[in-house]
Amino acid sequence: MTSEARSATPPLVRSAVAFRAILGKDLRAELRTLQSLPAMALFAVTTFVIFRFGLDRTQLSGSLAAGVLWATLLFAAILGINRLFVAEREEGGFDAIRLAPIDRSALFAAKAAALVVYLAAVELVVVPAFAIFFLDSAAALPPLALVLLLADLGLAATGTLISSMAVNSRARDLLTPLVLLPLAVPLSIAATGALEPLLAVGGPGYHRFGTWLAVLGLYDLIFLLVGYAVFDFLLED
Amino acid sequence: MAIELRGLRRDYGERPALAGVDLSLAQGESMLVLGPNGSGKTTLLRILATLLRPSGGEVRVLGAKLPGEAWKVRGRIGLLGHDALLYRDLSARENLRFHARLHGLRGDAAEARIATLLSAVGMERRADDRVAELSAGMRQRVAAARCVLHEPELLLLDEPDSNLDAEGRELARELVGPAEGRTRVVVTHDPERLLSEADKVLRLATDGSAELSEAALR
Repeated sequence: MTSEARSATPPLVRSAVAFRAILGKDLRAELRTLQSLPAMALFAVTTFVIFRFGLDRTQLSGSLAAGVLWATLLFAAILGINRLFVAEREEGGFDAIRLAPIDRSALFAAKAAALVVYLAAVELVVVPAFAIFFLDSAAALPPLALVLLLADLGLAATGTLISSMAVNSRARDLLTPLVLLPLAVPLSIAATGALEPLLAVGGPGYHRFGTWLAVLGLYDLIFLLVGYAVFDFLLED
Repeated sequence: MAIELRGLRRDYGERPALAGVDLSLAQGESMLVLGPNGSGKTTLLRILATLLRPSGGEVRVLGAKLPGEAWKVRGRIGLLGHDALLYRDLSARENLRFHARLHGLRGDAAEARIATLLSAVGMERRADDRVAELSAGMRQRVAAARCVLHEPELLLLDEPDSNLDAEGRELARELVGPAEGRTRVVVTHDPERLLSEADKVLRLATDGSAELSEAALR
């Protein structure tokens, strides 16, 4: 294919190809090196152990269960978010992508998608572990997956944005949580609000469940749009 | 003109890295960039590659005014710099495949191009090894292949021979050396060997000044 033919390819198609290339590259590298996923999962399970003995409780329900689950997942996510752009920074990925004739928001979308995959993979291990540690039934798990998927999307959008800014700082490990956690407050309120009735004593309930899902969806939409709008500027020198 | 610079400036804080560079380079010409460490050679290359914004002056690359029209020339430039732009945890072939997709090359045509380039730099036997397992010279060979993968019109080469042995230099030269219609800007600390293939020489000094001359030995 000549350069003329390549440049004639519609921009949306080029962006889609770049999105798949970047996402595939990230997932392949993570599967090969396991730099983020095991650390995130181990951190979360260890935190459950600490909560179990710290609270001296074998069962949790309602807002306390929701808080323990969400806070643990949020802090585990930070481990992955911190490393999200390290390869781009240290191995020239930023330059390679900036030299290519593609919309740079493809990088934002691919990184956010990679983060959603990481979070979902970690939750596949961590949520059953939470159920074993603290729940007496697994009935809440199917609707809980929907809440976590929406929360993951918002966390991925915000985390990708913050990570791309923090990666150029020597204080990256400090900067990410300091900036991310305040931005994640609305997400945390909505996620725990949706999780609370699901984890209620006596089985899952759905009081205001739809409202909290809508808030989660709105948060996702806002931060995905913000990421799309500003990411190009973040990559400038 | 492939490159036109008028009063190009780039400052890092108070310090000028480039303090008013003027030059014109026609399509198909090669220019050597010489100068001591810290004289702004890499800065100049990164500005031409659209990776760095100039602080002042006018920059035109392949007809596009930078930085505003940078999107017009991305994909028409090949950069071989200090960083190989290769992911350590992917193999040489996977890296080239990744870059090919970024530049819109896909399918059998891309695979054939990658195989040809890997063979051209003598890396076909190590093509499926992770880059982390390759020597610095082998990485530079793969980087040379990466640089020309999308058949760029303008090559920006920052010490392209670094880490290469004699055979590697020869193989890389086949890929990134002078060719009809190809414009090249080559930063080097070893002008003796490359002067014969240059049309112009730009000498940069640590105070940011620049002096352009015709290459006398051509």
